[in-house]
Amino acid sequence: MSRLKPGRAFDRLVRLAPFLWLTAFFLVPFAITLKISLSEPATAIPPYLPLLDWRAGLDGWSTFLEALNFDNYATLYADPLYRDAALGSVAYAALASLILVALGTPLAYALARAPSRWQPLLVALVVVPFWTSFLIRIYAWIAILKPEGLLNLGLLRLGLISAPLTILNTDAAILIGLVYAYLPFMVLPLYAVMNRLDPTLREAAADLGASPTRVFWSVTVPLSLPGIVAGAGLCFIPMVGEFVIPDLLGGSETLMLGRVLWTEFFSNRDWPLASAVAVLILAIVVGPVVLFRDGLRTGDAEERRP
Amino acid sequence: MTWVTRTALWAGLGFLYAPILVLIAYSFNASPLVTVWGGVSTRWYGVLLSDAQLMAAAWVSFKVAVLASLIATSLGTLAALALERHGRFRGRTMFTGLILGPIVMPEVMIGLSLLLMFIGIGLDRGLITLIIAHATFCTGFVAVVVAARLRGLDRSLDEAAADLGAGPWRVLTTITLPLLAPAVAAGGLLAFSLSLDDLVIASFVSGPGSTTLPMRLYSQVRLGVNPEINAASTLLIGFVSAAVLLASWLTARRGPR
Repeated sequence: MSRLKPGRAFDRLVRLAPFLWLTAFFLVPFAITLKISLSEPATAIPPYLPLLDWRAGLDGWSTFLEALNFDNYATLYADPLYRDAALGSVAYAALASLILVALGTPLAYALARAPSRWQPLLVALVVVPFWTSFLIRIYAWIAILKPEGLLNLGLLRLGLISAPLTILNTDAAILIGLVYAYLPFMVLPLYAVMNRLDPTLREAAADLGASPTRVFWSVTVPLSLPGIVAGAGLCFIPMVGEFVIPDLLGGSETLMLGRVLWTEFFSNRDWPLASAVAVLILAIVVGPVVLFRDGLRTGDAEERRP
Repeated sequence: MTWVTRTALWAGLGFLYAPILVLIAYSFNASPLVTVWGGVSTRWYGVLLSDAQLMAAAWVSFKVAVLASLIATSLGTLAALALERHGRFRGRTMFTGLILGPIVMPEVMIGLSLLLMFIGIGLDRGLITLIIAHATFCTGFVAVVVAARLRGLDRSLDEAAADLGAGPWRVLTTITLPLLAPAVAAGGLLAFSLSLDDLVIASFVSGPGSTTLPMRLYSQVRLGVNPEINAASTLLIGFVSAAVLLASWLTARRGPR
């Protein structure tokens, strides 16, 4: 424990200011979304009912509570559109996470094994695209994937295909977009774990006659599992609610929850249903969020060790 | 390094950079057809600079990013201090969850719920709501960057100052913050570039007359590939890359030994 004895008022301010801000603008809005997901759409401003009448006191509260119902969730469950969107979101996010593990593991390993004076530069090179506009990076793929785009042009020139492939507006395009956009999210936590692995373990395995491939699979990968799980969780969560990628790269029939929420809100102006979709997304990601937070905490504990 | 790891490294970096390089190259294409190369030209940059709507959107984005990143940097730094320097206080788990939540939560959820709240409290959509929303989702990123640096700092310096009679405010301003400055600056730049880049949350919380640059770009991108957007993207990429390089230089310069 620290021997510091900070003044109480200051101590409180430090802890409370961000806490109050995030409670007001992150937690409370979620509670409101939850409430509105139990309301009914209406042609009014705001476009939902019931509204709580503060002045009516206890009576106002009881009429308000009685009018709330689970109709929107029943719609989500009964209508195949929403069910398929939920299953589709999970399927795209899970498949993309698997591909990310397969691509991210060798890349993170290569980073961790690079000469140490090059490592900060190489890590920065992986991070820069993540900081560069998300929208623009996805937009860049349109010019590459479309029928008369660069990929088809290249494949035709090489004689590998005789007619342009349809990639844009298909599932493949969405997966390419997801994997591309989230690769840094996968590589960084994995690199952090692999970089801290004790090199003597690898050397010991090699001395005992294991081939480099065997060392990688039986020493490095099992020890990096926490990083793999953290990276996959970190990617899976935002991918479930992804909007830009299915909207720009997917076809018109692509169903993902983020896009359904967007359409319900902006096109159909059904705020209660859009709120119910938001709550559904939260229900899907809450498991991975807890897993991810635990992963972070063990990371903390390791760094604290003297 | 073996040839296997070397190949993995170059293939990975190639995958990450190829689309961006293609986009930059085509922004200098004289031909209006995106896939036909018509020679080198800067005409699209001229078109871009005379596009009043795009310039107005860029100005909105800039104002929002400056103010939102200032708020997020202050809150994120305070949050990092609370997480790293206050031991195991009550509610720490909840506090950590609140800080990390906005980083991983899907943007559509953050955008929708903030909008529903703004309407609930009767706050008109515009610059103010944009700044609040961006400050909220950027705070966690700043906190993570600053907390990482705080873990690497020698705590005995703070303790020595306290033993010599400095109050907590004095310790913070004369010892901790100067040592933290590179990480705080890096966090601020990250918040700035995240705010500049946000499309989804801004689409929910902005009002008429406060269209941001990504929103403007998005409405054009939906119509298809267009060389003017390539030019705008190239400028934005250059701007953000400069900020990132500055930030990583700041964090590396006096990093923990």
